[in-house]
Amino acid sequence: MLNKMLCTLAGLGLLMPLSAFAQEAEAVPAISGADTSWLLISTALVLLMTPGLAFFYGGLVRSKNALNTMMMSFVALGVSGTLWAIAGYSIAFGEGSAWMGDFSMSFLTGVGLDPNGSIPDLLFMGFQGTFAIITAALISGAVVERMKFIPYVIFIGLWGLIVYAPVCHWVWGGGWLGELGALDFAGGAVVHVNAGVAAVVAALVLGPRKDYGREALLPHNVPFVLLGAGILWFGWFGFNGGSALAADGIAALALVNTLLAPAAGVFVWTLLDQFTTGKVTAVGIATGIVVGLVAITPAAGFVSPGGAIILGAVAVIPSYFIIKWRTRTSLDDSLDVFAAHGMGGIMGALLTGMLASPLFTEDGGLFFSGEFGQLGIQALSIGAVAVYSGGLTFGILKVLGMVTGGLRAESSDEGLGMDLVAHGEEAYATGEGAVLLNELEAPARVNGIKNGS
Amino acid sequence: MKLVKAIVRPSTLSDVLRALYAADITGLTVSNVRGHGGEVEVVGTYRGTTAKMELQDKIMIDIGISDDFVDIAVDAICKSAFTGNVGDGKIFVLPVERVIRVRTREEDMAAVTPVR
Repeated sequence: MLNKMLCTLAGLGLLMPLSAFAQEAEAVPAISGADTSWLLISTALVLLMTPGLAFFYGGLVRSKNALNTMMMSFVALGVSGTLWAIAGYSIAFGEGSAWMGDFSMSFLTGVGLDPNGSIPDLLFMGFQGTFAIITAALISGAVVERMKFIPYVIFIGLWGLIVYAPVCHWVWGGGWLGELGALDFAGGAVVHVNAGVAAVVAALVLGPRKDYGREALLPHNVPFVLLGAGILWFGWFGFNGGSALAADGIAALALVNTLLAPAAGVFVWTLLDQFTTGKVTAVGIATGIVVGLVAITPAAGFVSPGGAIILGAVAVIPSYFIIKWRTRTSLDDSLDVFAAHGMGGIMGALLTGMLASPLFTEDGGLFFSGEFGQLGIQALSIGAVAVYSGGLTFGILKVLGMVTGGLRAESSDEGLGMDLVAHGEEAYATGEGAVLLNELEAPARVNGIKNGS
Repeated sequence: MKLVKAIVRPSTLSDVLRALYAADITGLTVSNVRGHGGEVEVVGTYRGTTAKMELQDKIMIDIGISDDFVDIAVDAICKSAFTGNVGDGKIFVLPVERVIRVRTREEDMAAVTPVR
């Protein structure tokens, strides 16, 4: 199964032991209409997750930072999307070495309409691009309400090329973790552990918000959070289902697992909420959905539906208690990116090593084969991604801080709110008392106010 | 009795409340208001429409208080609402004719004395 995956995923004509399915595909190197249409839809679904994330994150911050927080996701659509086509895709999926791809496909050189597996090469690039976008945007949850906007934009651009693309190559692009046999169906390590560890490092480098620990920093729009969680779940069907790279049984399995694991996760989260606080919270349910989705991501096409329910139910438990613990520490990972994505990804990757079914993988996980080998490989992939992502995120941010003269907004700007300071807009402007400026006086006044970025 | 009306920045509200509670002043009313106090203007741009925000969000705190506590309240607010920039706010102290506590119909001094 793994080899099938890599063959279709990497699509570089690498000669791998071929299973029956791959041999068929090799024999008829043609584009499948069914596969292509599902991937076209999946690409659109995954792209929608980033605006969904914007609502999820935007609702969780104070109203004076709502736009800035949502912009941190939306800007990734532009920056990370463009850089993916310019170089990221080639670094991730170019032949290269075990550690990273090459620059042979920079500016999409040679990426055309020929089949890559059973879908057009260009579509594969686009589908993978949507993953690069949301992974970068995920990190923003750790730095909201205080990071200057332009340094943030530069950061996610560099991060996508230096951190995301090589890690993607390790697992999916023919790199060393894929060769070892690490199971990561749609990005438990590549996307979620990667972003989660980067987030916690970014939160440490930036330091806590000035009001953190002194004031209750409450979500300004919980309905937005629920809307965002709903959009994320909807898009995740493309994220996991599309990662089958075909409209086949495995896609159906991945999609159903993406339904069941978060359902079980929400169920358990609800019980934990009820028994620890006495009330089931809306923000809690939204978080439970996301953690369940994160956890099933590496496992989606490898576990049975029953395994998915167990996985979702078990995986959310550490995240629940990490969030409770984290808010009492000085670590201002503001929107708990590590607890949701880092921890969820770690649990998902480890449980994949236990629950992977021999029906859908070569040997199956610990519970089927009785051997710890797969679990060890899963743990190694988590550790390697965490160390690489954490180290380089730290390096990028430190250098960027020196070059740009500080990553953080002034304390007074933080008080005023990042919406006005960084963007000159408000999320909820009433228009009362706003005076229209004519073109002649406008630029001078715009330049006259303190510019946050 | 006096009515202390303080207008402060929203970002300082938590500090102001903490300072007032620390000074044993617990009966107060907070409103979201908009006003202008000569501070640096904020300019917003929405798809080519550039607008100067004449009115800025402020917080108004009303405190009915006995005469002895006026200076304490003013001092607490001045210290906690201070940022040093134009727009930190104003405090108005007004005379009050009568105060009635609804629950008990206590009047004046008795009505502004906190319930222990």
